[in-house]
Amino acid sequence: MCGRCAALLLAGLVFAILVVPICFAAAPVERPLVNKPAPEIARADLNGARITLKSLRGKVVLLNFWATWCAPCQIEMPVFSRWQQQYGAEGFQVVGISMDDDAAPVRKLLAKLKINYPIAMGDAQLGERYGGVMGLPLSFLIDRHGVARARFQGETELSTIEAQLKQMLLSR
Amino acid sequence: MMAFIHKAGTVAVFAGLVAVCTGTQAQGPFGAPNESSAFSIPENQLVQPAELSRILAAKSGVKPLVLQVGSRVLFEQAHIAGSEYDGPGSQQAGLDQLKKRVAALPKDKAIVLYCGCCPWNRCPNVAPAFRLLQGMGFTQVKVLYIANNFGADWAEKGYPVERSH
Repeated sequence: MCGRCAALLLAGLVFAILVVPICFAAAPVERPLVNKPAPEIARADLNGARITLKSLRGKVVLLNFWATWCAPCQIEMPVFSRWQQQYGAEGFQVVGISMDDDAAPVRKLLAKLKINYPIAMGDAQLGERYGGVMGLPLSFLIDRHGVARARFQGETELSTIEAQLKQMLLSR
Repeated sequence: MMAFIHKAGTVAVFAGLVAVCTGTQAQGPFGAPNESSAFSIPENQLVQPAELSRILAAKSGVKPLVLQVGSRVLFEQAHIAGSEYDGPGSQQAGLDQLKKRVAALPKDKAIVLYCGCCPWNRCPNVAPAFRLLQGMGFTQVKVLYIANNFGADWAEKGYPVERSH
């Protein structure tokens, strides 16, 4: 075997063994909830206003589970605020669900982050209705008819979510 | 010579790709991981999910005390069967709870800490909890290595879980 062929073979092996599995491990996993009606979240947000998915029918909803101790969540949230401002008029609504144990640290962080969408406290029952929130961040894109169309677990390339929500905003 | 450079360059490019895909570690000065980063926990103090599952399922042998040091909401949804909730290691209240829980235990008690809230390089809870127990003189402390999150690396692998609500 020539030297060049050996080098290419070695490089290919490194790629196949190390790079491919690692990169694909971060891809969103297909879950049973996708393409099914999103479970109702019905609860009061931190300002006391009632949030229900039923009242948001007709809008594309980004439902984001997060927590104050989740570093990647805090990278996403200012971007979600920007999207809320940018796409809100087209019928887009972000709803944040904090999975913190209590509201005090949430209020403290929100005062700093200046989030422009409603945030409510989650709980284990809600997490289970969404297939188990056993790692954060976790987001769902819900279409105008209340059907969950995508699930994003962990750190996700935000342009991927944005591309999908823009697509969903086009359909009525 | 040129052929060698070509080979070395090819390998270096792919090594770089590996580094990019594995993500960055929370690092302190001079490239050492911050003490609060899970990466600061020595590798020989880690236990893999499959190994812990085997230990817990074994009919004989010493069973470790398994403590979740992350979120209560996540713990209530699903946790390692037989484990206890001891408060988030990233908060003083959590560390106080952990300190109280282990205060009366012998220093050679086998303890496994875990969280699974976030990918390993983002977990704020396990390293402070580990350091606390180390500082208290516990000699048999291991930390469960959860690469992605508790759901993906434990529950969905079929290892035993319990709910508590």
